[in-house]
Amino acid sequence: MLDSALEVLRLQSRGEATAVEIAAKAIDKIEASQGSINAFTHVDRELALMAAEAVDQKRRNGEPLGPLAGVPVAVKDVLCTKDMPTTCSSNMLRGFRPPYDATVVEKLRQSDAVIVGKTNMDEFAMGASTETSAYGVTRNPWDTSRTPGGSSGGATACVAAGTVPLSLGTDTGGSIRQPAGFCGVTGLKPTYGRVSRYGLVAFASSLDQVGPIGWSVQDIALLLQCIAGYEPRDSTSLNLEVPDYQAVLQSIDMRGMKIGVLRNELDVDGVDDAVRDAVLSSIDIFRDAGAEMIEISLPHSSYWVPTYYVIAPSEASSNLSRYDGAHYGHRVPQLDPEKAESLGPLVATYCQSRAEGFGAEVKRRIMVGTYALSEGYADQYYNQALKARRLIKGDYDAAFSQVDLLLGPVSPTTAFRLGDKIDDPLQMYLCDLFTVGANLAGIPAISLPAGIDAAGLPLAIQLQAPPLAETRLLFAGAAYQAETDFHKLRPDNFGS
Amino acid sequence: MTLSDGYPTETIIGLEVHVQLKTQTKLFCSCSTQFGAPPNTQVCPVCLGLPGALPVMNEHAIDLAIQAGLAIDCSIPPMTKWDRKQYFYPDLPKGYQISQFDLPICADGFVKITDDNDPEKIRRIGIIRAHLEEDAGKSMHDEASGRSDSRIDLNRCGTPLLEIVSQPDLRSANEAKNYLTELKLRMTLLGVSDCEMQEGSLRVDANVNLHIDVNGEKIATPIAEIKNMNSFRAVEHAIEHEIDRQYDVWEETGKTIKDESKTTRGWDDATGKTFLQREKEESADYRYFPDPDLLPIRVPRERVDAAKASLGEMPAELCQRLQTQYGIKLYDANVIVNQGRELIEYFETAATTSGDGKRTSSWIQQDVMRTLNEKQIRIADFAVSADQLGELLQRVSRGDFDNARARDVFSHLIKNAGTVEDAVKALGIESVDSSEIETLCKELLDANPQVIDDVKSGKKQAVGSLIGQAKKKNPNANPKQVRETLLQLIEQA
Ligand SMILES: [Zn+2]
Repeated sequence: MLDSALEVLRLQSRGEATAVEIAAKAIDKIEASQGSINAFTHVDRELALMAAEAVDQKRRNGEPLGPLAGVPVAVKDVLCTKDMPTTCSSNMLRGFRPPYDATVVEKLRQSDAVIVGKTNMDEFAMGASTETSAYGVTRNPWDTSRTPGGSSGGATACVAAGTVPLSLGTDTGGSIRQPAGFCGVTGLKPTYGRVSRYGLVAFASSLDQVGPIGWSVQDIALLLQCIAGYEPRDSTSLNLEVPDYQAVLQSIDMRGMKIGVLRNELDVDGVDDAVRDAVLSSIDIFRDAGAEMIEISLPHSSYWVPTYYVIAPSEASSNLSRYDGAHYGHRVPQLDPEKAESLGPLVATYCQSRAEGFGAEVKRRIMVGTYALSEGYADQYYNQALKARRLIKGDYDAAFSQVDLLLGPVSPTTAFRLGDKIDDPLQMYLCDLFTVGANLAGIPAISLPAGIDAAGLPLAIQLQAPPLAETRLLFAGAAYQAETDFHKLRPDNFGS
Repeated sequence: MTLSDGYPTETIIGLEVHVQLKTQTKLFCSCSTQFGAPPNTQVCPVCLGLPGALPVMNEHAIDLAIQAGLAIDCSIPPMTKWDRKQYFYPDLPKGYQISQFDLPICADGFVKITDDNDPEKIRRIGIIRAHLEEDAGKSMHDEASGRSDSRIDLNRCGTPLLEIVSQPDLRSANEAKNYLTELKLRMTLLGVSDCEMQEGSLRVDANVNLHIDVNGEKIATPIAEIKNMNSFRAVEHAIEHEIDRQYDVWEETGKTIKDESKTTRGWDDATGKTFLQREKEESADYRYFPDPDLLPIRVPRERVDAAKASLGEMPAELCQRLQTQYGIKLYDANVIVNQGRELIEYFETAATTSGDGKRTSSWIQQDVMRTLNEKQIRIADFAVSADQLGELLQRVSRGDFDNARARDVFSHLIKNAGTVEDAVKALGIESVDSSEIETLCKELLDANPQVIDDVKSGKKQAVGSLIGQAKKKNPNANPKQVRETLLQLIEQA
């Protein structure tokens, strides 16, 4: 029951379960899974039960109910919640309670969703394994010796573990799609500007986007519907009407749809055979469903990762300047007298608070970004990256003038073992090889479960679409899921 | 200029003026910009720089900046954008200031100023650019107590500022003052800023150095930037002090602009000296980059044209018109214009009603402005309306009563509401009919026959003593009328 939002809605409308019963069950499962999975940084049974009780009350009174009434939803700990801490899995914000809700959280509440807690992540969303969290690693429900991916590892693991049917993640360079792929669930990164970023603690402002995670395309369409839309508090949000995402799923017909296969991506060094095979077999599935499949390439794709790893850290170095120990967040409890003497108390407070509050990966990116923006280097790095970004976007524009969608892998590998890459940042960054393009171009993309490899680990494929063509992604994703049962596969012990 | 005991020098001054734009709300959030509220009461997640909060541009600030730019003959490029200027300071909660780096909203303007000693000499002062930025908060250091306590008030944080950067075209402290006066006047006339220096809504940084002519060779002294001065007097004095200081240092050390990079100095009003704040200005790298939270701003031609149409007269045109239309002197026109739009409108209304520009101008400069100063109020809150003042002065001109009686009416109007007529009645002022005046004058002449002789022998002023007596006998007697009647009677005698 906790693996389908639509089922949760049906059970309540038929009177077979109450929102309180469902919420209690979700919290029980979360608490039972925390020891082995550690998907959450914060769980609040009382708040969840209160929200669920309010939904039951409304139902009893015959009041109108929101589209997510009584559905337990987990929220990535990078999204501000006024009634729960918002830590970004960092010591810097340990215990920090924002005085306001992120827009997407407000929208969840308006939809009568039951927010059960905050999910673990890589610190400030910087990482691809959820290992940089200050609150312990999250483990993959398919194999607890492995990573769930990242940075939204908690958000995908909590769904894969069957604790909640839906969760909200964020995607800056693949942070929804890669962990969704590693955890065998469906995750969508919307068009930049489709969902408000207000209250999303910024990592890289020009790339960050909030998106839905669930088992099926139908479920994430439901959540996307609730969070999408213009919001004046985010100047980069798009003032355009939101289509009816469920309506497009009513009748699925792939005939006439042209899908470009990013064949080159499959030949890149380090791509697992199983990952390649999953993409290749999906080509047949789409073709059989009636789509026209052609090979296509994005000429500047080799520049994606270098471009991303200049732009994202540059913006991050600026966005994270506010954590200085002066106004909120971690402040060094006791200044080192020597530093206080040599730097002065103010600078010493900054240095020590940031040295203690941030983890290694965050510091690395702040340093890279600071360097890339420095006088004398900005032209070589940051400004050069902006130029490359325009070329990358141009590639997509050209491709989408020929095809409706792009098909390829999500990540070169399946879920790797915890500890395997944490000491090798460059290897870790290559997890983003196929995902950062969509962020740089601001386009929507979806990660779909595509089977299980010989080791029993989930495989995934990625579809990318032109700006604002989320409907097309959902449509094709639903077609794929109509032809396959991959999204119905569950880890062992799922029911327990 | 030439120092009495040294080589001829030329002073090179460029000013950076921060003008607070008169918006109701801050540049990127909806907090009030009202001055004087208790610390940290006009703040929100956006201006506090809380995680996840995002800026939203205030369109009104853009319009005001465009108007301000046009008023100093800047061009308004079709595209402008926001950049982050990054540095750590406790009064800057985001760790960066949203400002404009390479595409400012206004570029390449000028203002003309006159020389105090030679009003015929007009100088054109170039303006490099004017850009928008958000203000920082205020840090208050409590170092006197020997503790390192610092308090931060973030009310001002996010208030819109327009930074107007001049070319190094100014050549003296006096020119700097005149330039500032002209800027302030234009900004206040437009209503884009209050330019209240005590409230920090106009702040000045001055870049100063000297070109010393040593036997035909021009030697430039190192540039000093004197920061954050908040009165015109401070700017004048600081520049004067800096001229002397730089000359002395050069004489002592021989250091030129090649030997020392720009330094930052402060101005201490109490000692009348500038003091060193920071050396090596070039060490600051602000790592500017476009703010990804804000979109570039397109400024269509129509928006600039609309702003141009709403500009109205600039100071020089306005002074010219007041002189010709109301027959007042340039000096008086200047004083009125310098007070800003509200007072100019007050003057024009009152002068039109009274039909006497000169009298109105002198009343406004003396009685009205003195009262405003005493009560610390603006003309908009003044009890006597322009129409009332006009009516009052019209009656003085008509001879209903004299200036002294008019002042009584004026004071009465300030204290009590009501019409001029009500005040006149309340004070018991009546116009006295001419037969009554004649009778009064005859009585006075009968009692003081020597006045007749004095006047006849040419001393017309002798009637003055009788006017005083007439006023005592009948306070409503109009002195002008009394004087005329007396002279007439003496002539007939
Ligand atoms: Zn605010």
